[in-house]
Order: sequence, then C-alpha cells, then structure tokens
Amino acid sequence: MTPLGPAASVKPVDTELMEVNLGPQHPSTHGVFRMQTVLDGETVVKLKPVMGYLHRNHEQIGEGISYIASFPFTDRLDYFCSMSNNLGLALAIEKLGAIQVTERAEYLRVIMAELTRVLNHTAVTGFLLNDMGAFGTPLLYAFREREKILDFFEAASGSRMMCNYIRPGGVRVDVPAGWLDRVREFVEGYPRFLDEFETLLTNNEIIRQRTQGVGVLPKDLAVNASATGPVLRASGQAYDIRKADGYSIYPRFNFKVPVGSVGDVYDRYYVRILEIRESLKILQQALKEIPEGPSASPKGAALVKAPRTFRPPKGEAYGRVEAPKGELGFYLVSDGTPQPYRYHIRSPSFINLTVLEDMCLGQKVADVIVILGSVDIVMGEVDR
Amino acid sequence: MLPAPEELKTTIEQLLPGVTLTVEGAILWVTPANLPAVCRCLKETERFSLDYVADLTAVDYPQDGRMDMVYHLCSMAKRHGPVTLKVKLDRNNATVPSLTPVYRGAEYQERETYDLYGVTFEGHPDLRRILLWEGFKGHPMRKDYVVEDQDAPAPS
Amino acid sequence: MSATNEGLRSEMQKHGVYLTTWDQLVNWGRGNSIWPLQFGLACCAIEMIATAASRYDIARFGSEIFRASPRQADLMIVAGTVTKSMAPQVVRLYNQMAEPKYVISMGACATSGGPFHKGYNVLKGIDRLIPVDVYIPGCPPTPQGLLEGLMKLQERIKRQPMSQEVARKHGEYQVPQLGASGLEPKYNPDIFTPAQQAWPSGATPERPEGKAS
Repeated sequence: MTPLGPAASVKPVDTELMEVNLGPQHPSTHGVFRMQTVLDGETVVKLKPVMGYLHRNHEQIGEGISYIASFPFTDRLDYFCSMSNNLGLALAIEKLGAIQVTERAEYLRVIMAELTRVLNHTAVTGFLLNDMGAFGTPLLYAFREREKILDFFEAASGSRMMCNYIRPGGVRVDVPAGWLDRVREFVEGYPRFLDEFETLLTNNEIIRQRTQGVGVLPKDLAVNASATGPVLRASGQAYDIRKADGYSIYPRFNFKVPVGSVGDVYDRYYVRILEIRESLKILQQALKEIPEGPSASPKGAALVKAPRTFRPPKGEAYGRVEAPKGELGFYLVSDGTPQPYRYHIRSPSFINLTVLEDMCLGQKVADVIVILGSVDIVMGEVDR
Repeated sequence: MLPAPEELKTTIEQLLPGVTLTVEGAILWVTPANLPAVCRCLKETERFSLDYVADLTAVDYPQDGRMDMVYHLCSMAKRHGPVTLKVKLDRNNATVPSLTPVYRGAEYQERETYDLYGVTFEGHPDLRRILLWEGFKGHPMRKDYVVEDQDAPAPS
Repeated sequence: MSATNEGLRSEMQKHGVYLTTWDQLVNWGRGNSIWPLQFGLACCAIEMIATAASRYDIARFGSEIFRASPRQADLMIVAGTVTKSMAPQVVRLYNQMAEPKYVISMGACATSGGPFHKGYNVLKGIDRLIPVDVYIPGCPPTPQGLLEGLMKLQERIKRQPMSQEVARKHGEYQVPQLGASGLEPKYNPDIFTPAQQAWPSGATPERPEGKAS
C-alpha cells in the first residue's frame, strides 16, 4: 500500500536511451574533446571519444622544416610540459645523428624534466579536483606553485610555457647565476606545500567516495592497450621508461616507481602525488651533483647556429621519454636531407584514450568527467 | 635482454613454420599476411614477451610506389624493446591485417594511419577517420596531397 | 559634459555630488564587469587560466566568472588554434551569445593561423568568420598581454555611446560547413578579404642597400 493508494496502480515507467554529446566546448573536457555518450538515465551505456578538433598537422609541418626548427612545435604538443617534449625530440635526433651530450647539460635536462613532472602532476591534481566540483580552490593552490616553476623556466629559457630549451647536444644556453640556488630553495620548500595539499585531499571523505572504485582499469587491459604513464602504473604494472630504457643519466639517481593496486581514479591521483615526491628526490640529487662545464657539445652548439647544415645520415630512430603523461616517442626517418623524411609522434594521451570507454561503462555521467580528468589528456598531444 | 634481430628471425621461423622474415640492420621485414601471427608469437613467447605496441605508423615512398608500415613493439614484463617490424605495401592498394585483435593499443593508431595515409586495416573493429572529419576527401599525409588555398576567392 | 567647468565639478564632488552622463555611467558598469566565455582551445587557454589564477587575477578587472554558457557571456576570448573542424562550433557559439558581444583573438593562432598556418587543417585566423575587436599577439601572450588586451577592450567599451551600441546588432554569422578539403565558404566576404601580396609569389624582396647577404 503506497500513500497514494494500492500498489497495483503503479506502472513501470517506459524508458529509452538518450544520446548526449559532451563537448567539444565544455567546461570540463580539458580542451576541445568530444564524447558521444549513450545514456540510460544517468548511467553510461556506450561512449565514443571524438577527437581532431585541434589537429594542427604537426607531422606535416615537421616534414617541411629542419630538425631544429621542429623544437618550437614540440613545445606546443603537450603544452603543459614543453621541456619533456623537447627532451624527447632531442633524444631521437641524437640517436639519428650520433651526437654526444655534455655532463652539465645532462643534469640540466634532468632538472628541467623533473620540474616539469612536478608542475604537471600538481596542476593535474588541481584540474581533477576542479572536475569533481571543488570549484577552483585546489586549482588555484596548484597554480600558485606552478607559477614559481614557470618563473624558473622563464629565467632559464626566456619563456614561461613554450621553452624551446633542450636541444640535441645539450641545452640552448646555460642557466643564469643563482638559478640553481633558487631551485634548491624551491625543492626544499615544496614538500611542505605537498603535505598541506595532501592533508586536505588524500584522506578527504568526499574525494574517497567519488574516486575509489570509479573507473577501474584492469592491469592486463592497460598493458594490452598500450596505456603508459601514471594510468598504467596505477593499474599495477611497474613500467617506467626512465628505469626500463635508462635514458639520459637517470640510472645514476636513486628513486622508486610508485605503483597502484586497483587502477581506479583514486590510485591514479595518489600515484601522481607519490611521483611528485620521487621527482623531488631526483631533483635534490641532481642539484647536489651537477658539475660545471659547457651547456652544449660543440656539434650541438654548431647545430643551433646553422640548422640547415645538419644532415643526419640516412636511417631512422625512435627516441622515447617518460613524459609526465606517459611514453612520448618520436620516430624520425632521415633521407640525408636537412628535413626529416618522416616525423611521427607517439603521443601518450592519444593512446591512453583507447580505454576510456572501458573505464566509463556502467558509471554515471559525473564519474565520466572525473575519469577523463584522471586519464590526464592534453588536446595538443591527442590531436597533434 | 632483447635478442638480436637474427636470433628473433630464427626463433620465429622455428615456431611458425612457413613464415619467413628478412632482417635489415635492426629491422625485421614481415609479409602482410604473416603479420598477426608473428606479433602473436612475439607477444606470447616467454623469452620476448613483447606485450604492447608502442608505435604504429606508415611511411610513404611515392617514388618507389610503396608504403611501409612500421611497428615498434616493446615489453613491459621484461623491460626491453623496441623491436622494429616493417611491412611493405603497394601504395595504390595499401591493405594489411589489423593488429587490434592482438594488441588493443593498435586501435587508435591504425585509425589514424587510415585517416592520414589511406591504409586499410582488415579486421579492425571500427575503421573510420579519427582526426579529420568524415566528409574529408584524400589522405593528407601522403606526399602527393595538395593543401587547399584558403585565400582563394569565395564563390559569389 | 566637457563644457562643464572642471573646477565646478571637483567642487561639487567634494560635497558628494557627481555629474556624469548616462552613457558614461552605463559604460563604466559594462566595461568593468565583462564576463568571458569559458572557451579555451589550445595552449593560450592555459595562459588564460593562469590569468584567472591568483597571481594575475583577472577578477580585479571585473571578469570574475568565466561563464560556461554562451548566453550568459559578454566576451569570447578565442584562445588557441582554430582548426577547420572547430570553426563551425566557434561561429555557432558566437551566434548564441547575447548582444552586446565582443571577441578577443588571443595569440598568433587565432589571429592568423600562427605557427601552424601551413597546414591542411588550420584556419588562418578566426577573423575570417566572425568580427574581432581586439587582437593580442604572442605565442602564447603572457598573462600581462592578455590583461592589456582586456584593458584595450574596456577602453573601447567606454568610448562607445550606449545608443550606438544598442543599435549595432551583429546578427547571425553564417556557420561554415565542412567540405571535401576545408570549410565552405572558406571565409566570410562581408568581414574579411585576403591580404594582397606585397610582391609576386616566387620573387624575393629586395635587400636594403649596404647590407651583407
């Protein structure tokens, strides 16, 4: 018996599936990304990502310009982490042309790459919280720290975001006097900010309820789907290219690779926080050990002066780095001319999106936004 | 440690009778028909464990009339790689079996190669354009594609 | 208004009496409370977010909230590269904004295609399809650059008489369709004409006298 009368008068409601477009203009799609979802009420039944709204024909441009001239374009791939992108292309060109890197430059590169990782993971946590509805506050805390790191990048390379700093053979120019001390001070002070950040977030009941068990990615699927970066490691696979390939001078440093267990949004968030702590360890070690010396090898310096004379031998190279988002790879085919014959970018955000549908099926629409935030995509990289 | 390409070739030819590979430097050339079997063998053989496709793309050689498919396979379990596989295709009829049934990570990369190069992947679950819109004509990364002139006068 | 004695005006202000015109008052309000549309396309969007963050703080210029819905926004900051796929959506969003509406083209890409102009999928500037009020150069412009552009827009708003503003209706701009290799139409001839070539294609510009090659 219901308050309105006998229960026999209540009929089951006829429902039908609804197709909803999320994006390309949407406050929380992290750029121009569209998801065509089919919903049964609030639950996602089908989800197809649609991309290409920022396809800026990067690879085609790369085939028409010299190798060095591609560096500013790599800045604009994952526009959050320009230093890591530069490092990836520099590694590929060094493999192709057998160019050596000076000691000091190796340390500077590692410092820049790890600062970028700290910057990226802090900002991504801020954005993830924004997606969850903590409207702005964690994001502004994260951006406050980001501004400090951007000041360092501006002092070293001349630009806040599009640094164009790392080159084959070394770095474009040595860092100014006092820069290393300022970075040391920042790295000393950062754990205090991170502790404050974590106190508010990690054991927060709302965050736990919204992220634990949401968007689970099983380990086998993550491996088979070529997911890389924190998305992969949160699912339980301990694969980090800094350890696997040991590129640059990473084998000299003592750091762990944080691994999650469940592969849900909470694990992805927490793996990133732990990775920031490991990056700070690497930074401390690098800042202690960095030697004096030239910032670029003679061949590298000559390259910068006259990029069109650089004709690598015929052949090909695949250079990859552990970018903050995952495995960023550059595939170059050289035919002996100053322009690459084929220039391909293996983009982590693009490939990590393969499993977006698998993670979102059965979840609610609000969870889809949070899951997308935890995958950490940047459209410049997805669409190139 | 990853075995040298010659050793990869001999092991695969032993495990898959009837399949022949060619080694050129660090590259293994595979025929299109054998590609899924070779990749499955590389993935499932304990010694190699090449469990994910890191990179998948095409290179266009119009002067030779060919299109090369390039695959970089790596191993997360053994932490080695990449192994470079290449497949030679005819540029005017570029068809190759899809690797998506073997490696799910090939799905979007194959769609992108179809979109930009026009290579057809047989057996792909959802082969359509990914970066450009459905009505786009042509495959713009091919070397003979002509970019439209945006300043041409608008039709009156 | 300008004929009124400055001395008399300042005297009256001391007693708490302010003389102004209706236009000045309304434009002061409108110029200091421009709400942008939350519409970032690419890298410039990150600098836009940095401008809205605590160090550069766009809120002190009145742009307190970035609206998610175009119906509630006054200003569309086109921040980032406009590709051909995205161009119809940009024009649709512009059409949906309520009058009076303004457009700031932030960065090199929105102004002219930027570093990516040689390509098959990049629109060489959003001013081909919608009218732009302020262009901000840079790749990306620093937050200070964006704030200067915003200030220029504020000056423009404060200069325009309200009656003129009400009468000036932008109307709907034609949404381009996606064709076989680009947009159809390629640009809107009412608001845009392609730049004339400074020299015939193929020729190189003359070197100034006395300069070494």
